[in-house]
Amino acid sequence: MKEEKVIHRWFWVWNFEKEERWLNTMAQSGWALTKVGFCTYHFVPCQPGEYTVRLEMHEPDKDYLQFMQDIGAEYVGRMVQWVYFRRKAELGQFDLFSDLDSKIGHLRKIGRTLAIIGGANLLIGLINSLGAVSIGWLNLLCATLLMYALGRIHGKMESLEKDQLLLEA
Amino acid sequence: MNDNPVLTESTYYILLSLYTPQHGYGIMQRTEALSGGRVRLAAGTLYGALTSLCDKGWIKPLPIAADSRKKEYCLTEKGLEVLKNELNRLRQLVANGETVLKEENA
Repeated sequence: MKEEKVIHRWFWVWNFEKEERWLNTMAQSGWALTKVGFCTYHFVPCQPGEYTVRLEMHEPDKDYLQFMQDIGAEYVGRMVQWVYFRRKAELGQFDLFSDLDSKIGHLRKIGRTLAIIGGANLLIGLINSLGAVSIGWLNLLCATLLMYALGRIHGKMESLEKDQLLLEA
Repeated sequence: MNDNPVLTESTYYILLSLYTPQHGYGIMQRTEALSGGRVRLAAGTLYGALTSLCDKGWIKPLPIAADSRKKEYCLTEKGLEVLKNELNRLRQLVANGETVLKEENA
């Protein structure tokens, strides 16, 4: 039986870069990501620094997974809208976004998703509160949190957009 | 969109790499080689650009060959024209830069 390590950890959506850094620190110390679940990460031993791990918000897209496979990346798994990839470090630097346009595009995609889920929670929360359903406050709490997340993502986007006025990458 | 679009560096190198048909990884390697290692196209950036460039009709996917699963792309006539226009624009940029800076040095 191969040794496996399971770690439960929570990352706020605006900390997805921190999550990615953590997964790469794990790979650096000899633990390669093999599976993801809700707040759950599965690792198996690897050579220290054998893999580079990347994650992004991306809709299910067979074409994209094939493309990633073609460039030597392995699909690790998906958690809701987030996909996780890893690639052998010996194949060279592995990044998902190399210019400001695509970095901003990615943040915009995250923002859109948050706005949709946040809006839905707000609506459901209001309807439930008016209809005297006692859990309406829970949706309103979710909506508040999602709107806060949206604000954080927008903050990141704005600082990149300032650069975009002058620069490409 | 005007008739003389200004390309981003990524777009420019993708089109240039596709002067001969390439698959995704080939485009990345060719771009890195052409730019002396300065420009690296990241996976998601490249995939997004390839999709948009196909939509614009500047490049097109080739039928997948029986001996390979990798999707290859090539430049279309329209794409080649865009690339040539861009080259002229860049020539002007360089010429202007040289003229002005030479004046300064004199």
